[in-house]
Amino acid sequence: MNVIYTDVLVIGGGLAGLRLAVAAKRRGHDAIILSLVPVKRSHSKAAQGGMQASLGNVIKGQGDNEDVHFEDTVRGSDWGADQDVVRMFVNTAPKAVRELAAWGVPWSRVRRGDRTVIINGQKVTITERDEAHGLVAQRDFGGTKKWRTCYVADATGHAMLQAVGDQAIAASIPVHERTEALALIHEAGRCYGAVVRNLITGELTAYVAKATAITTGGAGRLYRVTTNAVICEGIGHAIALETGVAALGNMEAVQFHPTGIFPAGILVTEGCRGDGGLLKDVDGHRFMPDYEPEKKELASRDVVSRRMEEHIAKGKGVKSRFGDHIWLDITLLGEQHIHRNLREVFDICKYFLGVDPSKEMIPVRPAQHYTMGGVRTDHTGESRQLKGLFSAGEAACWDMHGFNRLGGNSVAETVVAGMIVGEFIADFCDKAENDVRIPTGVIKDFVRREQAKLNGILLGSGKEDASVLRARMQEIMTAKVGIFRKGADLEQAVDELQQLLVRSRSIGLRSSAPGPNPELVTAYRTKMMLKLALTVAYGALVRTESRGAHFREDFPRRNDAEWLKRTLATWTSEADTLPTLAYEPLDIRRMELPPGWRGYGAKDYVDHPDTAARLAEVEAIKKSAADRFELQRSLMPYEHLLPERLRGRNERIDEPLAPASTRRAA
Amino acid sequence: MTVQKINIVPRGGAGNGNGQKLKFRVMRYNPADPDSRPHLQTYELESTAGMTLFIALTEIREKLDPSLQFDFVCRAGICGSCAMVINGRPGLACRTLAQDVGPEITLAPLPVFELIGDLSVNTGKWMRAMSERLEAWCHLKEQEADLTRLEERMDPDLAEQIFELDRCIECGCCVAGCGTARMREDFIGAVGINKIARFRLDPRDARTDADYYDVIGDDDGVFGCMSLLGCHDVCPKELPLQTQIAFIRRKMAGQGFK
Repeated sequence: MNVIYTDVLVIGGGLAGLRLAVAAKRRGHDAIILSLVPVKRSHSKAAQGGMQASLGNVIKGQGDNEDVHFEDTVRGSDWGADQDVVRMFVNTAPKAVRELAAWGVPWSRVRRGDRTVIINGQKVTITERDEAHGLVAQRDFGGTKKWRTCYVADATGHAMLQAVGDQAIAASIPVHERTEALALIHEAGRCYGAVVRNLITGELTAYVAKATAITTGGAGRLYRVTTNAVICEGIGHAIALETGVAALGNMEAVQFHPTGIFPAGILVTEGCRGDGGLLKDVDGHRFMPDYEPEKKELASRDVVSRRMEEHIAKGKGVKSRFGDHIWLDITLLGEQHIHRNLREVFDICKYFLGVDPSKEMIPVRPAQHYTMGGVRTDHTGESRQLKGLFSAGEAACWDMHGFNRLGGNSVAETVVAGMIVGEFIADFCDKAENDVRIPTGVIKDFVRREQAKLNGILLGSGKEDASVLRARMQEIMTAKVGIFRKGADLEQAVDELQQLLVRSRSIGLRSSAPGPNPELVTAYRTKMMLKLALTVAYGALVRTESRGAHFREDFPRRNDAEWLKRTLATWTSEADTLPTLAYEPLDIRRMELPPGWRGYGAKDYVDHPDTAARLAEVEAIKKSAADRFELQRSLMPYEHLLPERLRGRNERIDEPLAPASTRRAA
Repeated sequence: MTVQKINIVPRGGAGNGNGQKLKFRVMRYNPADPDSRPHLQTYELESTAGMTLFIALTEIREKLDPSLQFDFVCRAGICGSCAMVINGRPGLACRTLAQDVGPEITLAPLPVFELIGDLSVNTGKWMRAMSERLEAWCHLKEQEADLTRLEERMDPDLAEQIFELDRCIECGCCVAGCGTARMREDFIGAVGINKIARFRLDPRDARTDADYYDVIGDDDGVFGCMSLLGCHDVCPKELPLQTQIAFIRRKMAGQGFK
């Protein structure tokens, strides 16, 4: 039996995993990163438009701060988010941008003086301040009150991944590329690492660690039409689910991005609309202001996606042989702006559509984009059911996004969560009580079990074709568990997915080639993905309300009275064909921002009985507070939750900090 | 920044290769299988509108040959996973349309890199080794910056120039297209030289020319380049490799005489 020991086993080498590993290493703990692919090819790379952090450097960002970012994020989440976690996030995001600036990310910078921008379809001249010259610039994004999205042209994730990946190399953190965790090793509510398959040799190895972190990103490939990379199959979610102990939170919360190019589903950034691009219908009419007079094209993604589909359903889509689509028009931004700031968009249009976006409109339609749900953890990133199991980034539900994530908040979350959870993991590893003390027999049993499962597929007599089952699952998810959901469809989806799950127990192979065997990979992943698809579909069926990206045509109102709670899914027995659901209420009495109208989308919702009382309390506190910091502390103290080294205010041009010497002493 | 003139051929419309017969000749070899021998295998597919090599290879694996090995991740031309030799020229398979390179398409793995199987090569291992050798990271002046303070300022034009070179996706096309890399096993390739050019431009990297000379001032570094510039021709990100190699060579030659 091959066994590798380390302090921190990081499963997934995207931005969250890399940053988390760097944090642990800096605190003196060894880390090994497992990655399906070379880390710089991770899906973090696909984040185009930018990272939200309330620096407020550009003139259109003036007055931005943590409070505004907090409110935008909570409203965006449709009050599904954990407000403590959102506070931790918004206070750390500026620090993360500044750290990355020091690590070499070539952030686009503010240039002093006049420049022409497109706002609401009009050319407008704005003047950047002298004192902002050379600081990190921000652009506009959906669902935000201020220009807050820091960016590197439209290759932000790429540039961040270069810098963080480089620092992981500088810290001599080993990356075991082309490896895949198949199962978590756990006993009596404690996680001890994972059984890992080498995707070059096909061999299994046990990785045993004090702390194990799942940072595997999203599960977009449960759907047929998705912006996600082909590796985003949710296997990290699945291995947590398959412990039967760890819970997944809010898996029914799935985001659809308004602008996937049609029909391939490849993303073009929200920055297209943030920079002034418009959505147009078959008549060339700009239709978003008809539906959303306040935020127009820049309402939150769930709202814009629904409005686009609604408009298509009215017969206003553009017909093509692949189906209907909407136009994204960025021609008004001009060739120079597109070549400079939307360069990837230009390339994607050129290579995949044969369209020059500076001259022609881009065919788009909403596509699956983001998994808000994930491994349910507390604010430290640790699972509440399985000690020693941590999670961060898209794979986690700690729960920063609730039922809808704002654009620019995910790539920000990856590094912020990496910084925060990395510190908590280091704390965990510091404690002698968390040393690994399991018999090798336990490890061996887990390896044997995984080998037996693989042999069952390889040598069994099953006749089912995994590719066929997977394609059917993706079709069902896109058709019935998509942007608009209703009870009857969801019931059919759950029924058929259960049948597929049962059939997946008889998958057989045509090829038995030694080595990685791609057919075997598809087979075992499909079995896991079906469980995850059922967790999404069943959670969506049971949640009889609409919240954020989860929209039920038969229950169109948000219902705080009954549904202001998080879904917790576990898979308690291998014989089951459905997850076991439980619910965790959110406590309004502690909320800094009690539920209300988001400022866009439907104005109609059912209040929770606690909301009115908390609102009155909040209003009273607002009257007595001396400044915004004191007000925040009185409403919902959170700073004690942050790791000590990440506490502290963030300096802005308009909010200078005292000189370092006096502040350090304080 | 120079704006490149390109010809855009519309995809869509009638007669864009829909229903055309495509013949793929794929280099097959599985090093994990002692019975496997390198050979070309032929697959036939009917093309569909907008069919990329990603779509075609996925279809071949699902319908015709489940054992075929290849690598795709983003399938959007940004991650660099799927570089292979397409009709004799290194390129990104995911953004290559079958109609543009068909109807007979020959696919082979990138040379130079360790073969994993069929079209899959271990570029990750090569790139990590290159990065370690060149210490291709920003050497921080202080380990822990005060993150509560305003970030250091940078000239907006300089930030754009750094980004221009930072756009490398480590796909390996430049190495596969390099004459020197075929002769010198340890040659760092255009990808490595470009990285040094990128860090040299960046005031946040604490290193000096003497430090850069230490890692690339020899025949496995910038002086090994024979100026054939295949790298420049095949770079899918159109990085200015020709000028960067010449510039770094001049700077390093100057450093060598000091």
